[in-house]
Amino acid sequence: MHPAFSVIFFTTASGAGYGLLALVGMLAPLRLIPADRSFAFTALALALGLITAGLLSSTAHLGHPERAWRAFSQWRTSWLSREGVLSLATYVPAAIFGIGWVLFGRLDGPIAVAGFVAAALSAATVCCTAMIYASLKPIQAWRSAWVVPGYAALALMTGALWLNALTHVWGAGQRWLGVLAAAAAILGLLVKEAYWRSIDTTAGPSTPESATGLGRRGKVTFLDGPHTEANYLLREMGYAVARKHSLKLRRIARVLGFAVPLLLTLLALALGGTIAVPASLLAAVAGMLGVLVERWLFFAEAKHTVTLYYGATTA
Amino acid sequence: MAGDGGPSARSEVIDTSPTVHDEVKTTTCYMCACRCGIKVHLKNGKIRYIEGNKAHPVNRGVLCAKGSAGIMQHYSPARLTKPLKRIGERGSGEFQEIEWDEALALATQWLSRIRASDPKKLAFFTGRDQSQGLTGWWAAQFGTPNYAAHGGFCSVNMAAAGLYSIGGSFWEFGEADWERTKYFMMFGVAEDHDSNPIKIGLSKLKARGAKFVSVNPVRTGYSAIADEWVAIKPGTDGLFVFALIHELLKADAIDHDYLVRYTNAPWLVIDNPGQSDDGLFARDTAGHPLVWDAATDAPANAMLADIKPRLAGEYRLPDGRKARPSFHRLAERYLDPSYAPDAVAARCGVSTETMRRLAAELAEIAFKQPIVLNQPWTDWAGHRHETMIGRPIAMHAMRGISAHSNGFHTCRAIHVLQMLLGAIDTPGAFRYEAPFPRPCPPPGKPGGKTVTPNAALGGLPLGFPLGPEDLLIEEDGSARRIDKAFSWEAPLAVHGMMHMVIANAWKGDPYSIDTLFLYMANMAWNSAMNTAGTMTMLADKDESGAYKIPHIIYADAFFSETVAFADLVLPDTTYLERWDCISLLDRPIGNAEGPADAIRQPVVQPDRDVRPFQDVLIDLGARLKLPGFVTPDGTARYPGGYKDYIVNHERRPGIGPLAGWRGIDGDKQGRGEPNLDQLQRYIENGCFWKYELPHDQLYYKHANKAYLETATRFSFIDRPEPIVLQLYSETLQRFRLAAQGHGPVQPPEMHRQRVAAYFDPLPIWYEPFESAAVDTGAFPLRAITQRPMPMYHSWGSQNAWLRQILSTNSLYVNRRTAAQHGVKDGDWVWLTSHHARVKCQVKLMDGVEADTVWTWNAIGKRPGAWNLAPNSPEATRGFLLNHVISELLPERNGYRYANSDPVTGQAAWFDLRVSMKKCEPLETGETAPIFPAVVPPAGLPPRPDILRYGADLK
Amino acid sequence: MTDYTVGPVKLGLVIDLDTCVGCHACAVNCKEWNTAGHSAPLPDRDPYGADITGVWFNRIHTFEVDDGECGRTVHFPKSCLHCEAPACVEVCPTGASYKRVEDGIVLVNADTCIGCKLCSWACPYGAREFDDDAGVMKKCTLCVDRIYNRNLDEADRVPACVSTCPAHARHFGDLGDPNSAVSRLVAERGGYDLMPEQGYKPVNKYLPPRPGKIAGTGREMALTPAAPDTAGMFLRWVDRLLSR
Ligand SMILES: Nc1nc2c(c(=O)[nH]1)N[C@H]1C(S)=C(S)[C@@H](COP(=O)(O)OP(=O)(O)OC[C@H]3O[C@@H](n4cnc5c(=O)[nH]c(N)nc54)[C@H](O)[C@@H]3O)O[C@H]1N2
Ligand SMILES: Nc1nc2c(c(=O)[nH]1)N[C@H]1C(S)=C(S)[C@@H](COP(=O)(O)OP(=O)(O)OC[C@H]3O[C@@H](n4cnc5c(=O)[nH]c(N)nc54)[C@H](O)[C@@H]3O)O[C@H]1N2
Ligand code: SF4
Ligand code: SF4
Ligand code: SF4
Ligand code: SF4
Ligand code: SF4
Ligand SMILES: [Mo]
Repeated sequence: MHPAFSVIFFTTASGAGYGLLALVGMLAPLRLIPADRSFAFTALALALGLITAGLLSSTAHLGHPERAWRAFSQWRTSWLSREGVLSLATYVPAAIFGIGWVLFGRLDGPIAVAGFVAAALSAATVCCTAMIYASLKPIQAWRSAWVVPGYAALALMTGALWLNALTHVWGAGQRWLGVLAAAAAILGLLVKEAYWRSIDTTAGPSTPESATGLGRRGKVTFLDGPHTEANYLLREMGYAVARKHSLKLRRIARVLGFAVPLLLTLLALALGGTIAVPASLLAAVAGMLGVLVERWLFFAEAKHTVTLYYGATTA
Repeated sequence: MAGDGGPSARSEVIDTSPTVHDEVKTTTCYMCACRCGIKVHLKNGKIRYIEGNKAHPVNRGVLCAKGSAGIMQHYSPARLTKPLKRIGERGSGEFQEIEWDEALALATQWLSRIRASDPKKLAFFTGRDQSQGLTGWWAAQFGTPNYAAHGGFCSVNMAAAGLYSIGGSFWEFGEADWERTKYFMMFGVAEDHDSNPIKIGLSKLKARGAKFVSVNPVRTGYSAIADEWVAIKPGTDGLFVFALIHELLKADAIDHDYLVRYTNAPWLVIDNPGQSDDGLFARDTAGHPLVWDAATDAPANAMLADIKPRLAGEYRLPDGRKARPSFHRLAERYLDPSYAPDAVAARCGVSTETMRRLAAELAEIAFKQPIVLNQPWTDWAGHRHETMIGRPIAMHAMRGISAHSNGFHTCRAIHVLQMLLGAIDTPGAFRYEAPFPRPCPPPGKPGGKTVTPNAALGGLPLGFPLGPEDLLIEEDGSARRIDKAFSWEAPLAVHGMMHMVIANAWKGDPYSIDTLFLYMANMAWNSAMNTAGTMTMLADKDESGAYKIPHIIYADAFFSETVAFADLVLPDTTYLERWDCISLLDRPIGNAEGPADAIRQPVVQPDRDVRPFQDVLIDLGARLKLPGFVTPDGTARYPGGYKDYIVNHERRPGIGPLAGWRGIDGDKQGRGEPNLDQLQRYIENGCFWKYELPHDQLYYKHANKAYLETATRFSFIDRPEPIVLQLYSETLQRFRLAAQGHGPVQPPEMHRQRVAAYFDPLPIWYEPFESAAVDTGAFPLRAITQRPMPMYHSWGSQNAWLRQILSTNSLYVNRRTAAQHGVKDGDWVWLTSHHARVKCQVKLMDGVEADTVWTWNAIGKRPGAWNLAPNSPEATRGFLLNHVISELLPERNGYRYANSDPVTGQAAWFDLRVSMKKCEPLETGETAPIFPAVVPPAGLPPRPDILRYGADLK
Repeated sequence: MTDYTVGPVKLGLVIDLDTCVGCHACAVNCKEWNTAGHSAPLPDRDPYGADITGVWFNRIHTFEVDDGECGRTVHFPKSCLHCEAPACVEVCPTGASYKRVEDGIVLVNADTCIGCKLCSWACPYGAREFDDDAGVMKKCTLCVDRIYNRNLDEADRVPACVSTCPAHARHFGDLGDPNSAVSRLVAERGGYDLMPEQGYKPVNKYLPPRPGKIAGTGREMALTPAAPDTAGMFLRWVDRLLSR
């Protein structure tokens, strides 16, 4: 699949944003993180900023961004529509929670409920995003059972990294948050490894033989495509990354997205003090960059059945 | 059909009955030479849609990819817009736009000078010409013998072999009996001129469960849907056919009755080795050929009705000479073990078992499953037959056979096989398309024995020689025509040899010319052999700095590669902007059910300063005061241009370009006075005319009394006499005898052996010349091209839709062969011939004979031509095999013959031998050679970045 | 909403791989009809340049099947299959993509499509075409503006690709009606679905190439000589009494 930057940026940024919002929405009412209003403002601004930037970026790849509102109508069948609806819906509890906390310094009663609801909707939105991909049958890689856990885990990881960094900036770092971020990184890595293992070992059900229905006569070999130059289908669905590049990029994603954040988080945990602030911030940034690479791969490694009509032997 | 097409329950309201057009006009397609009937839907003055005309006899409503892309051809930005005069060096493409008056005056000035001094200094060659009735006649009125259309480099082997053997031909002049045939054998066809009819026919055949065998080194297109693919090695079909003949003869699985009734099989051939009558037919004093009549046990006039001719045996004629029926000679030859399947299998690349089985299948279908139609008919001799018996085996062959230097004989071999099976124009077999059959060969000798200043040529430039005395040669035996057609180098070059014109004119061999006048032929590119050399020759100068070919006039509708080499460019219209006439005098569109012809009418008006070429030619004819083009008082005879000519021209009294609605009142067909309302009547009928033959005339046309009478009425033949199929060709023997030292006209010493060898009265096979001349170890592969169905030669690439299908071409190589060469899919390779080399990209496949490589024809383009961006795939990655094909054979005994068939002069495109070598890593990604870019003339529009055709026509 | 109801009428195409010669006529005629039809235009970028690319609703691919004796080349046309379970419709967030109840045709409403391309990802067959000039998705309309068009002769009310196919390899009709000509053809010839494992239940069907009639398989066939030697053959012929 063609890795469109707007989409990659969207899921990376909004994933982190929803992760952060979910954590803050849950942990703040429980008084597990700093309650002061400037922290509140910063954390929520970052979360909503990431979400909003992501959502805006996602409209950049639309042919008609001005009609984007129409995408809310088909929530009964379309995961994209559901994602749209939930992403908007999340703003409502998030706004109540933010106003209550930032403007009025309250974290109890209805504000707490709003926080919990925002957290729940954030999680749901991330899952919907994942389901957009996971529901596409022609793309075997995305049919993997690890897609939804992957999106959730990486949202959690990037959210936790940011939260950990923010608490350090506020001088309110807490060991358990560091442990949470580190654990999320490990979890993310494990889920991703599982995903990669699954796509490396599971072939899709479709083959050139089934795509043409000619299998009963023998092995089917592609000879010519309909055009000698590329067409929309090939540009959009025919993008494929060479195996050796993909292995290299996986290594980069492992290091940048998981190992570096993990080490930096542990470093912050171990050393604390002034080192903790840059270390945890760097961890968050590295995590985001790693996820960008991972998302790029998520597309570039995914093969679409249409390529079976253009010379692919598996999809 | 359920559903009224009303608004769907949700989402949108759809207009399911939009208006499609303001007006529909019928005309005839010219995206290729198949000439299908079309309906052009016009909306807002633009072309909304072109579809096939269901009533049309050629395509019955279907339309191919090219025809469907007519809109894009019509609106192509490569259309020429105004007459052009060269101002830069020839080939540079620097032109000045001029007015038509100036253009015509200039042409008239050049041409009248030639006509007054030496008319043959005009060489007028027309390529994809569909108005040869006019152009050939114009040349004759001008007085030059140097005229031909494209047939010489196309398929003259098929035409000549057919017309000299059966009075008809494959090409588009014969077709399978699609409704009835049980076994269809196709040799070397990728697309053919009869492309839609063949596709329609193949689908009928498959629906009926008939067997379709394709003999072809490549398995694509038609061959892809064949029931059996015979992967033959190029150039060896003759041997393959002989093996089938060998098997059939040995089993006596032949149609004896058919042979004695309809062929010259029983005609007695004189056995008199070394004498001037050896191999000629024994004749009576009146000149009738003789047979040995079993009833009287004496020779008898072969043309008598009630005789019992012997097919074999040795007989002594009253004058004491020995003679044998021609069949006897034929059987003797092909029963020889050297023609047995096992003797030829390796050379053909077809297994012995396959050949033996195919022969058995032919025999089975022909003789165990004949078709018997309960249709009474009367033969030429007056015998009434209650039924029509058919051998339901149909054969068809085209350029895979013809484009080899042994193609004439191979094609004749196929016709001999058909005759032996009784499978010509019988139910289920190959059928003649009207106006064929015609006598073998048709009447009319090539004109041009004398060329007189300011006078018309005696006869038409092209014709059918019957012997050495009909050749166009000088006293010393050298050629009289610039292309050397009808010379000892190509005696039966009945379509001329367009591929030799430029090389000969440049060399001044046999003489220099003054003006090369080309029409509708991309001679500097895809119809050239040796493209690089051709371009050099066109622009070459002598010591005095004058061009070796002093003047070049070219009429094209588009900015093709050849335009840059013209001194004067006459821009033509597109096919949707002019009157045209698909005439029985030229290449008609009749089929087995009856004769037909058609017209094109302008469906849109030109928006540029262009003129229909035929109008221009008629105008030039009048300016030059050519006899047929002016009235006795010297005024233009056809002031209304081609339209006027189509209606009013009479070649012979009552015979004009169109056969339909003749006579003052339009009530005559075939023959009749001009009818001023004729074109209107054509338009009312969908722009075509078709005569349906009655049922009793549908088969055995060569011997069917009623049909022969009809054909005489229509002037297809002069007299209702049977057309005897020529198993044995006496014409060829006459040339051979001359070469053996007999008769007044004999070849010069240097050509003697060659003529003697290749003018065998019975089909022979020999190694194609290039294979015989080069070291086949150094050039192990045979390289051929195929027509891509969605492209027409060079002119498809200017078409925004069609070029998306094929904008580059690969070299297709057999998977195993590639492995032996260390070549992988996608590799770039150098393909080298004895002449030159070309760089191309490889694609692997299974369905190609192991020693053969192939590519699509005419995809590669010169940068800038056709108003394509110079970095277009066609120019950077597309390639022509023509770059490595030489127009001349390697030198032998100090002489280089044309790379052509020795009998007909047919260009031997498919004889090419090559080697294949992987490129250096740095050489990949781009083809070679790439010639310098040409710059489109000023009048051409800029290339749009995006096309939204139809947005305003919804 | 974009869930769909499948009605009894299932209009679609039946494509005969036994007779398709790969001529591309259907693809070009489709383009020609549709570029000024319901989904007009079908634009082409850089039409005379190096990076040419255009919108097509129908395309012809070529495959080789089996490399042995019975191998063959198969030309393979493909357009929208108007699936009964069209996930392309399901995933559409706007409802622009829909399946008509009355005849099962899957269409895109160009006025409401946002051009998110998701439907093209959801189509396993590559039957959706993004018009990046108009920013909307387009696709084969089964010539909805022809098949009911009262301005056309009855005989012309079939999809453009069907009416133009020179090899008669394309058939159109109601595959929901078991007695329709197309349904019978499918039954007779063993018509099948592409990628049934994807679960889209395509309406369009493909007819497989008929088995080649290579008589040789299993059966050695050859003619028997009519005489022991050449001389014998000639005796046969000399003796044969033939008359006109
Ligand atoms: N390697 C290889 N070479 C081959 C062949 C092959 O099989 N292999 N085949 C050979 C054969 S059989 C043939 S017939 C030739 C064909 O080769 P050409 O005769 O050169 O045919 P085209 O490329 O179609 O070019 C004809 C010219 O006609 C022009 N034209 C198109 N429409 C019109 C019109 O309406 N009016 C006018 N005035 N001009 C028009 C085009 O712009 C083009 O310049 O190629 C030969 N060359
Ligand atoms: N679409 C389209 N149609 C056209 C044209 C076009 O350019 N495009 N051109 C028109 C013209 S000018 C012509 S002359 C006709 C020609 O029509 P075809 O006769 O179909 O010409 P080619 O495409 O050259 O096909 C030659 C076939 O012969 C095979 N072949 C080559 N060598 C041999 C051999 O030695 N033995 C056998 N058995 N097969 C062999 C090749 O693989 C190929 O399939 O087509 C006409 N129709
Ligand atoms: S075969 Fe195609 S291009 Fe040729 S005349 Fe017919 S429709 Fe036109
Ligand atoms: S028009 Fe017919 S034969 Fe040609 S590609 Fe399409 S389906 Fe095949
Ligand atoms: S073929 Fe593709 S676009 Fe057409 S209905 Fe099926 S899934 Fe949708
Ligand atoms: S591109 Fe248009 S039709 Fe396709 S899913 Fe998006 S909104 Fe629906
Ligand atoms: S049905 Fe119409 S839109 Fe669909 S492929 Fe055929 S011609 Fe094109
Ligand atoms: Mo030709």
